[in-house]
Amino acid sequence: MLSKIVRTVANQLIVFILVFGLYVIAHGHLTPGGGFQGGAVIASGVVMLLVAFGSKELRKSLRERVLTIMESTGALIFAALAFAGLGTVFFYNFLVGTPVFGRIPPTGPGPGDFWTGGFVPLMNFAVGLKVVAGLSAAVLALALFASGEEMEE
Amino acid sequence: MRQVAGLILWLVLVAFLVWGVLLIHPFGYPPSAMDDYIIENAQEQTGNNNVVAAVVFDYRGFDTLGEATILFTAVTGVLLLLRTLKRKENDL
Repeated sequence: MLSKIVRTVANQLIVFILVFGLYVIAHGHLTPGGGFQGGAVIASGVVMLLVAFGSKELRKSLRERVLTIMESTGALIFAALAFAGLGTVFFYNFLVGTPVFGRIPPTGPGPGDFWTGGFVPLMNFAVGLKVVAGLSAAVLALALFASGEEMEE
Repeated sequence: MRQVAGLILWLVLVAFLVWGVLLIHPFGYPPSAMDDYIIENAQEQTGNNNVVAAVVFDYRGFDTLGEATILFTAVTGVLLLLRTLKRKENDL
């Protein structure tokens, strides 16, 4: 656990990191970024909390079991969306043209519209959930192992 | 003798890599018709303004599935490995 200054600053900064990561994930079909990148941003925020507070303190609010369930849920949503278009082909973008994320932007450069992209925004959310939970679980497990703490079964 | 052999091998490898770099197409000229096809049709077919996202999640979804599987396997491996080490210490 680091000094009180570092802990306070990390406490304030984590909100902005979470918001920025969510922005990168949610706008993956409009701006550079996506599920992997936004998930890595949020996971880096978790690493900052880990450095500031130590693994013992962080374990009270981040359980490894929850993180594992989150990662499996993301993987399942991703695979389910891939299988949902199986009527045509595997990974068919079945949401284009429907009211849900189905608007089609004009070809060429443009500001973009949030309700476009077919199933790509949903896939970005699934992959983001997966990357956040996976990286956080791996880093937390390594930190717990390095500090000699007992790990949750 | 081994050093000379290693040096020759290194030179061959460097020459091979430089040869590969020289064969790359000039920057800004897509070498295949597929690039043009994706740039022209991605917005209409998938509705994505970010064509990279369209390629990653739609045109090459299998590749992303593999990436997700790699991450899943890595995390599972880390958790499993550290967990068994703990258990062995407890058993001993």
